[in-house]
Amino acid sequence: MHDPAQTASDRAAHGAAAQGGAQLPQVHETCNPGMALDLDWVLSAEANTSAIERRAATLPGRRSVKKEWQAAWLCRAITLIDLTTLAGDDTPGRVRRLCAKAMAPVRQDILDALEMGPITTGAVCVYHDMVKTAAEALDGSGVPVAAVSTGFPAGLSPLNLRIAEIGESVRAGADEIDIVISRRHVLTGNWQALYDEMRAFRAACGEAHVKAILATGELGSLRNVARASLVCMMGGADFIKTSTGKEAVNATLPVSLVMIRALRDYHERTGYRIGYKPAGGISKAKDALTYLALIKDELGERWLRPDLFRFGASSLLGDIERQLEHHVTGRYSAGWRHAMG
Amino acid sequence: MNVSEIFDTMEYGPAPESAADAWAWLVDGGARYGHFIDGKMTEPAGGFDSKNPATDEVLATMSQATEADVDAAVAAARRAQPKWAGLPGHERAKYLYALARLVQKHARLLAVLETMDNGKPIRESRDIDIPLVVRHFYYHAGMAQLMETELPGREPLGVCGQIIPWNFPLLMLSWKIAPAIAMGNTVVLKPAEYTSLTALLFADLCREAGLPKGVVNIVTGDGAVGEMIVRHEGIDKIAFTGSTAVGRRIREATAGTGKALTLELGGKSPYIVFDDADLDSAVEGLVDAIWFNGGQVCCAGSRLLVQEGVAERFYDKLKRRMDGLRVGDPLDKCIDVGAIVDPVQLRAIADMLKDAPGDVHRAACDIPETGCFHAPVLITGLAPSDRLMQEEIFGPVLVASTFRTPAEAVELANNTRYGLAATVWSENVNLALDVAPKLAAGVVWVNATNLFDAAAGFGGVRESGFGREGGWEGLLAYTKPRRRAAALKRIEPVHPPAEAKVDGLDRTAKLYIGGKQARPDGGYSRAVWSGKGALLGHAPVANRKDVRNAVEAAQGAAGWGRTAGHLRAQILYYLAENLSARAGEFAGRLRDLTGATAKAAETEVAASVSRLFTWAAWADKHDGAAKGVPLRGIALAMNGPAGIVGAFCPDEAPLLGLVSVLGPALAMGNRLVAVASEPYPLAATDFYQLLETSDVPAGVANILTGRHEELAPHLAGHLGVDAVWSFSSADLSGVIEREAAGNLKRTWVNHGRARDWSGPEGEGRDFLDAATEIRTIWVPYGE
Repeated sequence: MHDPAQTASDRAAHGAAAQGGAQLPQVHETCNPGMALDLDWVLSAEANTSAIERRAATLPGRRSVKKEWQAAWLCRAITLIDLTTLAGDDTPGRVRRLCAKAMAPVRQDILDALEMGPITTGAVCVYHDMVKTAAEALDGSGVPVAAVSTGFPAGLSPLNLRIAEIGESVRAGADEIDIVISRRHVLTGNWQALYDEMRAFRAACGEAHVKAILATGELGSLRNVARASLVCMMGGADFIKTSTGKEAVNATLPVSLVMIRALRDYHERTGYRIGYKPAGGISKAKDALTYLALIKDELGERWLRPDLFRFGASSLLGDIERQLEHHVTGRYSAGWRHAMG
Repeated sequence: MNVSEIFDTMEYGPAPESAADAWAWLVDGGARYGHFIDGKMTEPAGGFDSKNPATDEVLATMSQATEADVDAAVAAARRAQPKWAGLPGHERAKYLYALARLVQKHARLLAVLETMDNGKPIRESRDIDIPLVVRHFYYHAGMAQLMETELPGREPLGVCGQIIPWNFPLLMLSWKIAPAIAMGNTVVLKPAEYTSLTALLFADLCREAGLPKGVVNIVTGDGAVGEMIVRHEGIDKIAFTGSTAVGRRIREATAGTGKALTLELGGKSPYIVFDDADLDSAVEGLVDAIWFNGGQVCCAGSRLLVQEGVAERFYDKLKRRMDGLRVGDPLDKCIDVGAIVDPVQLRAIADMLKDAPGDVHRAACDIPETGCFHAPVLITGLAPSDRLMQEEIFGPVLVASTFRTPAEAVELANNTRYGLAATVWSENVNLALDVAPKLAAGVVWVNATNLFDAAAGFGGVRESGFGREGGWEGLLAYTKPRRRAAALKRIEPVHPPAEAKVDGLDRTAKLYIGGKQARPDGGYSRAVWSGKGALLGHAPVANRKDVRNAVEAAQGAAGWGRTAGHLRAQILYYLAENLSARAGEFAGRLRDLTGATAKAAETEVAASVSRLFTWAAWADKHDGAAKGVPLRGIALAMNGPAGIVGAFCPDEAPLLGLVSVLGPALAMGNRLVAVASEPYPLAATDFYQLLETSDVPAGVANILTGRHEELAPHLAGHLGVDAVWSFSSADLSGVIEREAAGNLKRTWVNHGRARDWSGPEGEGRDFLDAATEIRTIWVPYGE
């Protein structure tokens, strides 16, 4: 079987050698072409909630990262953040400020003390109307712009408009499109409709990477999460993402476990690596470390790079900055010592 | 490595838990320890080193207890016991509560010390062992509080000798000490010689709790000290957790002494994965089943059985997961598998694996070059006939085989001498709940593994031992019915008269085996005479082959255990009805046999009818329980039959005694091989005519007649028998308990003490408990 993973890792190695420095090479997996809907596979997916919860509950006690390792992991976490603003009162000024933060997420003296090269966040994530502003602000930085799309967050606007919205955002300069799925297709077990919708979104994205937001808090069960994950990957999603941040329950460790197990299966069967993005509710450095440990243990180090993992978060960066300063000074930090985004 | 490099590699790095406070405690103690006897530490004496298996460092020098030390500990426990038992339950509860709180307050120190001494990861000692210790003392503080009202008529056993293993040192201490002292016993406990330190730190806590002197005594040393405890005449009960081999020796050593005994022994617990399971979760479950505490766990899910269609996929997932396990410094907070307890154990594991058949996968994880470590291992492609599928390895080694159908899964799972625990993975509730109770195991976990709680009974069947720890059922191991039993007088058969009186047509009594009347294999019979010299008939003299045949018949009637209580009740009522219809005839027989008065004989028959009613009543009322465990789910305590029960019936009450044994056995779904009253066997041979006419299925109740002393070793030694009871007036207790060691079957013997069969002692709770095996089935749920 064609193994795009091999090519991608080759490129990763090459990129790292060529660039040097601390900034991760900007590699990308080949776009996921998807596959025909395999309902046998989808319907055989199981998720035992109780066992998954126990695994998730014990994970923070099983993994611990300290001292230099913790600082390094937190720097890595920053490079995986989709720095996000998705508010009704967003303005070009606010978005430019966020982009500036994305390009310089950590105070220089702290990076110097850590002997770290320059780092940026993984992307900036905005609504369509802010895509152009963000793309201009980030021009030349290598930080991609992600746009939430397809009637975000509910995804209940007319299908043709949702598809058109993707095209608009891509034309406006978005490198990544975060689409929302129609939850009703999952809740009614209409996997074909979900697959067709994903296919259509994938096609509309063209060269842009597409992240499928499952809104897991609204899918009713972890089994549905597992099955919806598989259908979206079969439909061509490059990333699967937990939530919009607007549901009552957003990213959780149990949901993450289910989704990354699904994408591990997908990789094993098709050879394509799909990315994972937990979004909403991850605001503490410690939580970020737990997520990274989860990914490292379940998927391996390859998945700890920005082309395969992102945090959808707005306040996480602030906590990481304070932890990094604590690592450097040995004293607890304060929020106002770090630049606002 | 600097931050920038780690940023690239994303390695975990070290995350050590500080050992400073534990070392400080050791230094304060002079790193030399005596025993904890009568509330104080004795002077350290010659002994042995306690080492950290991860580093080979000597932690402290322990004292090897002498006979005098053990005598002093037992004497202190004996002195303290009456007053301790005499305290109101609330007073004992306060001490247990204080112990729970003290363990909580010193939780981290205990966890670190445990990890240093035993080699288990700090994650386990900190998150599992110590919290369960706390839970046990809390739970049993409550039991002390409730004993007076909830356990009326029960009293403590006295002085308990408790011998615990090295795999869960403080946890096993709490499982032993908490219920014992809650019920008013005092204890002499011996920790394993590899891991005595937390027990001695616990001794400190006993002093801080103000526990009266002598209630808890701790002596350290090797197996020789254990043997001193086992053989000590001043001890009323032995509780042992450890290997099956040692458990067997303890069974033999205590046989006939009247010491109570509970054993929690080895296992080769099946871990069954059906094709509809959440395979990833089942893989993760195995991490907790066989790599928890390095597989040095009696109930480790060490025998993987996977449905054939998903086996390869499952093995792939499993190998991937085990390759990611982190093996190393147990004090590191980021370690999954710590050190093996001692080089001796490491060698034992390596020896088991020498020339292992099958496909051996050694986890591709880094193993420390020094210290006592073993890589996680998976061996697939094994058959039940492979030694590794049968014998306990007690290390991080999982062996695997496949099955085709649920029925075959059950058959393979039960194809073992052990019966401690079992795990079932399936998303199909019908399948999981059907399979769980069919497994020969004291504990079954559905879609989970190694869940423990003080409220849920834990313990095994078969060669995994007997007795339960935890829950209400666990209190049976530390209490006994309050009664004063007189010595039982031997009853000899009536001697042949000088001149025989013979009248009427000859009748031939036979054995009753498999629903048929059978001549004795040996071809011998014994004449049975009335006190007045009348020949009442001939009773067959059964021999060991008749025992074998009867047990085989019982084995063929396994379906009885799966019948509904309602059906068993109907059959027992029917037996009572038929007995009542022939009451006059049975009373006459009793008069002839025993010389009883007409009134006494009629009373015994009436009592027998009533007793059958009692057990018919119980047949559908011995409810199980749903335990309040801290989990979203239920832990069911399901009552099932003990299995095949062999019973030596009381000599003195030939009919009522038989019925008193047969009633509870059949009511709870057991199959019975009853040996009738030796001097008065003909009441039993008459009784089988009732069995024949009362719809009792063939093989469920089998009746032998003959010499108790001759049959006892064969029935008690039969490896297919699950329990043996003796109410014989012959001195059988020793031989039965000794022979029972073969397959570690449960025993219930009278130790030469009488029982009033006509009164409440002849029925009730004790019979119910003896006829029942409690299986704990954990069913976590949630969608």
